[in-house]
Amino acid sequence: MEVDRKTYWKLFISTFYLSSFTFGGGYVIVPLMKKKFVDELNWIEEKEMLDMISIAQSSPGAIAVNASIIIGYRIAGVLGSLVTIAGTVLPPLIILSVISLFYTAFRDNVAVNALMRAMRAGVAAVIIDVVINMAHNIIKEKNILSLLIMIAAFIATFFFKVNVIMIILICGGIGVASTYYKLKKEAVKK
Amino acid sequence: MIYLELFWSFFQIGLFSIGGGYAAMPLIQNQVVDIHHWLTMTEFADVVTIAEMTPGPIAINSATFVGTSVAGLGGAIIATIGCILPSCIIVLALAYLYTRFKKLVAIQGILNGLRPAVVALIASAGIAIFLLAIFESNPVSLDFSDVNLISVILFAASLFVLRKFKLNPIYVMLGTGIVGMGIYLLI
Repeated sequence: MEVDRKTYWKLFISTFYLSSFTFGGGYVIVPLMKKKFVDELNWIEEKEMLDMISIAQSSPGAIAVNASIIIGYRIAGVLGSLVTIAGTVLPPLIILSVISLFYTAFRDNVAVNALMRAMRAGVAAVIIDVVINMAHNIIKEKNILSLLIMIAAFIATFFFKVNVIMIILICGGIGVASTYYKLKKEAVKK
Repeated sequence: MIYLELFWSFFQIGLFSIGGGYAAMPLIQNQVVDIHHWLTMTEFADVVTIAEMTPGPIAINSATFVGTSVAGLGGAIIATIGCILPSCIIVLALAYLYTRFKKLVAIQGILNGLRPAVVALIASAGIAIFLLAIFESNPVSLDFSDVNLISVILFAASLFVLRKFKLNPIYVMLGTGIVGMGIYLLI
């Protein structure tokens, strides 16, 4: 595919538009990106897109940002990924800058205060709902190591206030060790 | 050097939040509330609320919010760059490796170990917000005479609607907010 100024502009506008109108984070924006770049623009093949999404999901950071980096890179190299990053990051940057100005001004307003306070109960419910779904998926795997990690990580962070980064490093390490152990055991069997 | 602190904090948030969306939440709380005291727990809960209702990833939303309130627009931009820089480096490196090796056993392993841990971390942050919502003044005391009944009912009703009807979370939160605001202003 030939890359010209129009390509960069199209990349920017597409990611800017998707990022402005997608509420609900990575799991919502990624399917829409697929629709835009695979079905509408025909810039990427379906199978390749699935591989790119799995890279975006297994890398650290926001999935929407990761997906836009990899799409931009695939279509127009490093410059392309800079363009798609700008397109994805600018809408939340602009919206939240404006809101944070209002927030300091309206924080002490009685009605705003009551609204935020009531919504906190709603947000807690949304997060607990997500946690129930995620925990259910882990439990369904019937993997004892996963269950132990989940319980131990919860106790460590909630009751003992262990640093979050420490927990992530340790659990990632356990995951690598157990995967290699399993591979080795399978190799011995053969 | 507030810019450097902002950059480094959000760099760590970007680097260690694996699993998207809510995975960043416990890290943001850790850095922004516990370590640096840039926001109070109440303000953090407000940021999560606002982030849920506006487009864009929660990490970028909170980077902008915290950056702006600590050091203005410059702070917002610095924090956002810090937040996405680890992604840029790692995603591009992985994309390159992926095209060469196709299967990365180590990364699969890391993810296997992390998935359950991330659920636990999100649960912990969610419970912190829950306690903040239902206790009148001091969530640490766990004094049950201090429980705000209206919040408990709002929470239970929202969770019921979410589980039962799978409604869009934004509508649930807005609905809870408007109903609750009416109740709080009336009493």
